Amino acid sequence: MSVFIIRRLMQSGAVLVVMSLIVFFGVYAIGDPIEIFISPEADQIERERAKVALGLDRPVWAQYFAFVEAALGGDLGRSFVFNIPSMTLILQRMPATLELALSALALGIVVGLPLGMYAGYRPNSIGAKAIMAGSILGFSLPTFWVGLMLIMIFAVDLGWLPSTGRGETATWFGMTSSVFTVDGLRHLAMPALNLALFKISLIIRLARAGMRENMLMDYVRFARAKGLPMRRVVMVHVFKNIMIPVVTVVGLELGSTIAFAVVTESIFAWPGMGKLIIDSIQRLDRPVIVAYLCIIVLMFVIINLVVDILYSVLDPRVRLSEARN
Amino acid sequence: MAEPTLVVEDLRTWFHTRAGIVKAVDGVSFSVAPGRIMGLVGESGSGKSVTGFSIMGLIDPPGRVVSGRILFGGRDLATLADDEMRHIRGRRVAMIFQDPMMTLNPVLRIDTQMIEAVQAHERVGREEARRRARDALGQVGIPSPEERLSAYPHQFSGGMRQRVAIAIALLNRVELIIADEPTTALDVTIQGQILFEMQRLARETGTALVWITHDLSVVASLADEVCVMYAGRIVERGGVDDVLDRPAHPYTAGLIGSVPSRNQRGRPLQQIPGVMPSLLALPTGCSFRPRCAYADGACTEDPPLHDFAGGRQARCAHPLSGATP
Repeated sequence: MSVFIIRRLMQSGAVLVVMSLIVFFGVYAIGDPIEIFISPEADQIERERAKVALGLDRPVWAQYFAFVEAALGGDLGRSFVFNIPSMTLILQRMPATLELALSALALGIVVGLPLGMYAGYRPNSIGAKAIMAGSILGFSLPTFWVGLMLIMIFAVDLGWLPSTGRGETATWFGMTSSVFTVDGLRHLAMPALNLALFKISLIIRLARAGMRENMLMDYVRFARAKGLPMRRVVMVHVFKNIMIPVVTVVGLELGSTIAFAVVTESIFAWPGMGKLIIDSIQRLDRPVIVAYLCIIVLMFVIINLVVDILYSVLDPRVRLSEARN
Repeated sequence: MAEPTLVVEDLRTWFHTRAGIVKAVDGVSFSVAPGRIMGLVGESGSGKSVTGFSIMGLIDPPGRVVSGRILFGGRDLATLADDEMRHIRGRRVAMIFQDPMMTLNPVLRIDTQMIEAVQAHERVGREEARRRARDALGQVGIPSPEERLSAYPHQFSGGMRQRVAIAIALLNRVELIIADEPTTALDVTIQGQILFEMQRLARETGTALVWITHDLSVVASLADEVCVMYAGRIVERGGVDDVLDRPAHPYTAGLIGSVPSRNQRGRPLQQIPGVMPSLLALPTGCSFRPRCAYADGACTEDPPLHDFAGGRQARCAHPLSGATP
């Protein structure tokens, strides 16, 4: 197990290096950040001074090595725009995004899993067909359009829910989140649902396919032959087998949900990392972009590791082959 | 002779498919007495497994038991509601399946799968149920049962898994065990051990056994009576020695002729020409007619069931001379 973790960490180190190279030179190739945030009236001397202050006067490879040197010391640079450490900036926004992504994922599981299992258990019922038709909508409707529709219906027409921003937060066992206040939940409801829609559809499909496949297996028939109630056959025997693919996909989805909550955050003006990265890209705020991507890579690494561990908990056959290696 | 444990009368199990009605089991009758072993023999697709599943009440749509009676313990299992049937499955009638690799749930430990089989029928504590599971494993010859209880199915060999399946069948002192080719997937030495143990079990506990197989040598060494099935019907039944030594039906004779034996070294094996007809397009009259050397005009009518000495019966217009009417 520890060998496995060490190997995994070395791989992710390599990914980090490659990613930082690509982003660093990529942003350099796009344009000169000075042109964007210095006022057009500024004269040549002011420009040069700003360039030197930000270290942009040196050749790009020298800038890169300076960045790497600082990064190894834990300093990912200061934002050109806000002039505070980019790490601080991102960490300020992170709880909002995590809260949104985790709520969306929880919604996806709580709604998607039972619906999918039902659709797989009674594939010919009207309910199942309605669920499957709904999941096609969930897959194919663009997130931004659904978001706008949600705002139009629930915020503008009905006036039930606020359309933008993060609500009041409260602290509970050291965690600050809007989940703990009514106002926060009201603000969270629409963005979370918007982000969850795709995940609900995905989990419905996975659970349905798993259910249909597993119900035909001999072990189900054998469990029934033992006289087990159908409830136990489905909720224990089949459920545990369905969870193997669901956990894998949901785990990987968590990473991309956090990384790409951009659209939803933009529509609902959710003050998360996604909004920050979009703004930073527009302003060519390189330290923030690089730091953000480093964090995302790190997060994917950790999530993948957790998924692998969970996987071996769910599937005993994986455990044994690991031990043999 | 004691009251039979199971009486099947004119059982018909049909599958309503898009291509037409498949009469997988079409008018099957037999009975088994306590402590006796009944061999149900036939080629693939002859309806022998469907007969077993019909008794267990495990026929899923589009299949259905359309008529006939399955008398067991003074009740007709064919008319029982799902919930009543559930209480009989595993508690009074057990089934063992063909492929031991597929019948145990791969993600649940052996003890979980055994304890649930006890607790589905009786209000006993976990410890008591576990003790019974351990005893059952010991009874079928699994070494160090206490440790093996905590193992997962993939940690057992095929033969050991089949022993576990048999142990599960023994957990609740059933009156009837339906064994659907349980030794087909095992090598001969393991097969011999399991046959021996099942025979001993039937003698000692008075459990009746329906042993479904295509292997005549298994029937010869194990069964007391035998029913030969062809295309959903029983074509011959009687005591195992009578039927195997002096077959009355040409199909039975054909089956016996195609078993390799040492007496016929170097001579080509006799085989039954042709294949079993599709159950969707059975010939009129005797279904075996197209493959039978004795067939003539009389065979286009449904052949009558002839009675022979010793309680034997055969469904043939031209029974072979070896059997005395």
